[in-house]
Amino acid sequence: MDVKQQKLNKEYQEYVQRKMPKSYLLRDCVLAFLVGGTICTIGQAVSNFGKSYFNLNTEEASAFTAIVMIFIGALLTGLGVYDDIGKYGGAGSVVPITGFANSIVSPAMEFKKEGYVFGVGSKLFSIAGPVLVYGISTSVLVGLIYFFVK
Amino acid sequence: MEYLRAFVVGGLICVIGQILIDKTNLTPARILVCFVTLGAILTAIGVYEPIVKFGGAGATVPLPGFGYTLAKGAMKAVDEMGVLGAFTGGVRAAAGGITAAVVFGYLAAVLFNPKMKR
Repeated sequence: MDVKQQKLNKEYQEYVQRKMPKSYLLRDCVLAFLVGGTICTIGQAVSNFGKSYFNLNTEEASAFTAIVMIFIGALLTGLGVYDDIGKYGGAGSVVPITGFANSIVSPAMEFKKEGYVFGVGSKLFSIAGPVLVYGISTSVLVGLIYFFVK
Repeated sequence: MEYLRAFVVGGLICVIGQILIDKTNLTPARILVCFVTLGAILTAIGVYEPIVKFGGAGATVPLPGFGYTLAKGAMKAVDEMGVLGAFTGGVRAAAGGITAAVVFGYLAAVLFNPKMKR
C-alpha cells in the first residue's frame, strides 16, 4: 500500500469515528444498574414476604419469587408499561426474570392476529424456547458430569 | 442491608449485560441465553452459590439465577437418585418459574393488545 493510500485510509477512519453515534456506555450502565437493582430489591421483598407469611424455606421462597416476578413482568408488559421501563433501563430490564416474562409476552401479543396456535402459542417461545433449550441442556450436562465426578 | 446487597448484586449483573449489549453484537435474546447457560456453569463449578448467599434475590432474580436453579436442582437430584436425577432435577426445581412463564405469558398475551407506538 503506498503512502497516499494509507493517508486516505486514515482520513476515512477518522471520518467514520466522527460520524459514528456516540456510545453512552456510562449512562446506559448507570441506568441498567439502577433499574436492575430496583427490580432485584423488589424480588428480595417478595422473597422475604413469602418466608415470613407463608413460612417458605429458601428454595420454596425462590420459586415463589420467580412466579410473582414473572406475573408482574407479564402484567406490566401487557399494560405496555414494561416497554417504557425498557427504554431507560436497557439490560436492567432485560436481564432480570421480569425481562424473561417480557420476552415471552411481547412477541405472543404482537402475533395474536396469526391465531391462537401458531400466533400466540408458538411465539410465546420465540425467545423463551432457546433459553429453555440451552438452560435445560446445560443442567442435564452439569448433572451428568457431577454424577461421574463426585 | 439485605435489600442493599440485593440491589448492588442485581444491579452489577445487569451492568455486565449492558456492557455486552453496547460493546458486542449480542442481541438481548442472545444475552438471555448466554446468562442462563453461564449461570448453570458457574453453579456447577461452585462460583455462583456464594454470590447467591451474599446477594439473595439480587443473584436469583436475574437470568443467571434461572441457570443456578436448574443446575443446582440437577446436582441435588443426582445426589438423591443417581443418574436419573440429571434429567429430572433441573426442570423440577425450575417448574414453578417455567409454568408461571407459560401460563401468565399466555394470559397476558391473550388479554392485552400491543399499544400503539408513540
